[in-house]
Amino acid sequence: MLLVPCPHCGPRNSADLRYVGESVSRPDAESATPEHWRRYLYTRSNPAGWLRETWYCRLGCRRFFTVERHTASNQFRTPVVPGDKPEAKA
Amino acid sequence: MTSDSRPFLPSLRSVRLTPGKPLLGPTESGQGNDGRLTGRLGARSGEVVDRRRPIRFRWNGTDLVGLEGDTIASALLANDVQLISRSMKYHRPRSYLTADYWDPNSLVQVGDEPNVRSAHRLLAPGMEVSAQNVWPSVEHDIKAANGLVGRFLTAGFYYKTFVRPRRLWPAYERVLATFAPGGSVDIDTPHGYYDKRYSHPDVVVAGAGPAGMTAAVAAAEAGARVMLVEHEPALGGHLRFGDAGQRAVVAGLGRELDRLGVEVLVDSTVTGRYEDNWLAINQRSHPGVVERLIKARAKSLVVAPGLIERPYVFAGNDKPGVMTSGAVRRLINGYAVRPGRRAVVLTANADGDRAVEILESAGVEVAAVVDARAGGDVVAAHGPARRLEEVERNDGSRVEADLLVIAIGWTAPTSLLNMAGDRPVYHDAGARFVPGAALDTVLATGGLVGDGSLDELLDHARATGRLAAGRAALTSHRLRFSTARARAVDGPEPPWPDDDRPDFAPDPHPALFRSSTHGMVDFSEDVSSKDLVAAAAEGYDSVELLKRFTTATMGPSQGKLETVNTVAVLAEARGETIEQVGTTVWRPPFAPVSLGALAGRVFEPTRRSPMHDWHESNGAVPLSAGVWIRPDHYGDPAAEVVNTRSNVGIIDVSPLGKFDLRGPNVTDLLNLVYVNRWSKLAVGAVRYGVMCTDDGVVFDDGVTGRLATDRYLLTTTSSGAAAVGEWMENWLQTERPKWQVSVTPVTDVFASMNLAGPKSRMLLSRLAPELDLEPERFGYMQVRIATVAGVEDCVVWRIGFTGELSYEVHVPADRGLEVWQAALDHGDDLGLAPFGVEAQRIMRLEKGHFIVGQDTDGLTKAGALGLGRLVALDKPDSVGRPELVWDGTGDERAPTEPCLVALQPTNPEIVPDEACQLLRPGTNEIVGRITSSRMSPTLGRSICLGQVRSDLAPAGTAVTVLLIDGRRVTAEIQAHHAHFDPEGVRLRG
Repeated sequence: MLLVPCPHCGPRNSADLRYVGESVSRPDAESATPEHWRRYLYTRSNPAGWLRETWYCRLGCRRFFTVERHTASNQFRTPVVPGDKPEAKA
Repeated sequence: MTSDSRPFLPSLRSVRLTPGKPLLGPTESGQGNDGRLTGRLGARSGEVVDRRRPIRFRWNGTDLVGLEGDTIASALLANDVQLISRSMKYHRPRSYLTADYWDPNSLVQVGDEPNVRSAHRLLAPGMEVSAQNVWPSVEHDIKAANGLVGRFLTAGFYYKTFVRPRRLWPAYERVLATFAPGGSVDIDTPHGYYDKRYSHPDVVVAGAGPAGMTAAVAAAEAGARVMLVEHEPALGGHLRFGDAGQRAVVAGLGRELDRLGVEVLVDSTVTGRYEDNWLAINQRSHPGVVERLIKARAKSLVVAPGLIERPYVFAGNDKPGVMTSGAVRRLINGYAVRPGRRAVVLTANADGDRAVEILESAGVEVAAVVDARAGGDVVAAHGPARRLEEVERNDGSRVEADLLVIAIGWTAPTSLLNMAGDRPVYHDAGARFVPGAALDTVLATGGLVGDGSLDELLDHARATGRLAAGRAALTSHRLRFSTARARAVDGPEPPWPDDDRPDFAPDPHPALFRSSTHGMVDFSEDVSSKDLVAAAAEGYDSVELLKRFTTATMGPSQGKLETVNTVAVLAEARGETIEQVGTTVWRPPFAPVSLGALAGRVFEPTRRSPMHDWHESNGAVPLSAGVWIRPDHYGDPAAEVVNTRSNVGIIDVSPLGKFDLRGPNVTDLLNLVYVNRWSKLAVGAVRYGVMCTDDGVVFDDGVTGRLATDRYLLTTTSSGAAAVGEWMENWLQTERPKWQVSVTPVTDVFASMNLAGPKSRMLLSRLAPELDLEPERFGYMQVRIATVAGVEDCVVWRIGFTGELSYEVHVPADRGLEVWQAALDHGDDLGLAPFGVEAQRIMRLEKGHFIVGQDTDGLTKAGALGLGRLVALDKPDSVGRPELVWDGTGDERAPTEPCLVALQPTNPEIVPDEACQLLRPGTNEIVGRITSSRMSPTLGRSICLGQVRSDLAPAGTAVTVLLIDGRRVTAEIQAHHAHFDPEGVRLRG
């Protein structure tokens, strides 16, 4: 089981968190075209490499945060809480 | 469990005990020349059996006696029992090959437990041991006739033969099932208690041979908290059955482990290594439980499982009497059991040479030593099916023997390293695969890495233990000081120790895999080298394909014995090197794990309302609803419906998800997460809302009341509470971080109950005499905070899921039972009776109220629910709004889009099952399905909700319902979702 670095709680078993998925930004709901909107809903980059993703610390601090994970090695770096500045990359 | 398989205490009365004298020593001389092939030897200095403690057990119904410390295998051989099992496919007679855990011929039934590895399981008093996969007996097995037709039963035989005609597969399956091995399962076996444990050691050492013990000592001396795990019931690995000097090394290491407080688990296996050294350890030796699954998060893992001796492929290599050198050492030195009387030894290494000494010390005549290093080889084992009589050498000579000892090389079980991402590489000189590149915190040592002298082995292990401890210290530091706050008090990071371990590699020895003849490669699955060559010729010439087609390496041995031989035979068939062919990768588990250990204790909580005990003592039939236990009904749900509709009923709705929302932006949040409009909700008002995800699909629904200017109580479906809480946090934290709203889950802060029925106002007036219940002042969809049954600060709102005049009362949880009881006391003369979830479901269906997840699915958009203007599309933004705009809410929706409708079968007696298909009349075209159906006690007819394509949704349309029994009946779409009181006269009354 992965150890996920929660910025508040420290490393936690991934079962204590919910994996939300790749961090995507929501388009403006009023001006978005269907193509644009559906890309936001369904299309993910799925790289073999570093991926910025969102986790929810459901059994700990109940905070959402973003973190970069290398999808091949499962290494993590630079966990960030929304609103905070990212730390210098490790 | 059958009565005769129950364990019994051994009666020692019939066993004559002479103090100081071995009970089961040889009958004639120290050589055991008693006319039996195998048997107990005179006392050996390092034996692990206790001759003063006999253990009685049964083998296939016959009474036998073994010794404390015996495995089942050694006890059987001590009693001159050699024939243990029949092979899986050809039912060939088999005896012990390796006499350890991985022995492919060792599976037996013990009482009600099948597939027991008899060379690993210790003998216990009263054990009922029997052969499995035999009929009528291991001595005379009818299916051995398979061997006669063996040439038709080649690899892929089952795939090719029984695939056609397809309709006969069920018949084939019934017959083939009788051929399947695996013992018998007794479904009446009592439940055993299996436990779980979580552990956070610094270093876990898997394998407690000399290397593992030394690594554990070194790691502990470096300050690490160490857990040492040994698969066998005792420490020592291959030295456990060595000479006096070797056993003294083990004893010394054992004392060091004690002194350093290392946690030692014997008869336990590290079965899997997962991300970040998350380890599954199956502990079979815990005194209080059957087995215990330890989930350990180790900072470093030392992998030291030792080596597994590899069998040799030649004609007759599975004949009883053919054994590995490890088996001989273990049986003679450990269990004082003579494995045969006249032996031939095939040796390519020092272990084979030692086997000669061991055999001679036990009085076994060594008829010939065939030294592969001098060009010697064994070509075939001859004799009747069940006995070895002659060994044929490559010079054509034949030697009479009943025991053939094989010492030609090893397999390095790199399983745990593979699970950490390591890919083994082939070591040509050592004729085995060895670990690839070193991993940071998963370190191999011992025989897995190399051979060399004992000193070299211990040096490497000591360096590995130190390295593991040093790297664990850094990982541990980073784990503890990884948060921003902790970093402020962070001390300096310990340095990352470099890998400066001494070189350690396999000793060169001749590479022997297959002789000039063909023989068994996979003993568990009865796959011969001939099968592999044939399969390769058919095109299955990649090792991964070959394995799946022939099932080689897929039986109980799981490749521990046969992987390298499989690869070697394939390499030979392809005319390539072993390195070019490559090997398969071991996946978890390292050794089989019982399902009990995996299931173990369940830590999932069960939730009960504060009124749960009352329900239980008043005849409620429990319903498991998510994590909650709820009353389904109290005997007669239909009567509960009738009583509620004519008098008044009370239902416990405590599991309803509840959230307390406060702050200046609550209205903004509600406007965002609900598709309907919220800004005009007045204090004291309640509104129903539907929540969608951003794809427009309905996610949850519920009512929200405004209790004060900036205080709201939001309710969700019972099963959706956790998800909705997380959902609101997601929007607040990630998309609207500037909004000030605090969301507090209060589901179990309140006990909730609903008073429903025409007399509910009368009942509530008695419970809350100070509350003004006049309909003009406390109307439908209104909320008040009131004192109910003397309990202050209750939230009371008028809503109508059941379609009746009803008041939902949310009471501080610790007073819930008190208010529930007071309601019952005050409602006696009104005909008040409790109703359960089933009656509520009937009433909501009569009223046409949908349930999210029952009447909707993962594609149901809000526009499909007939909510009309409730779906406010003129808001600037709400979750899912763009999709709802494009989908439409009314007639403009595409004709094929499903929408929710009420249906009534023409025949009022027929209640179609939920999920029955709806068809276009006269065709087989599926146009929808039934989502809810019940017999309505109120209307005396069947009623349904369903989803149907929009162009068939107009009232009066007839559709065909395909019942489960195949009948087709007609149902008519209704004008309104509500089958009963569509105008809502009752709930607004």
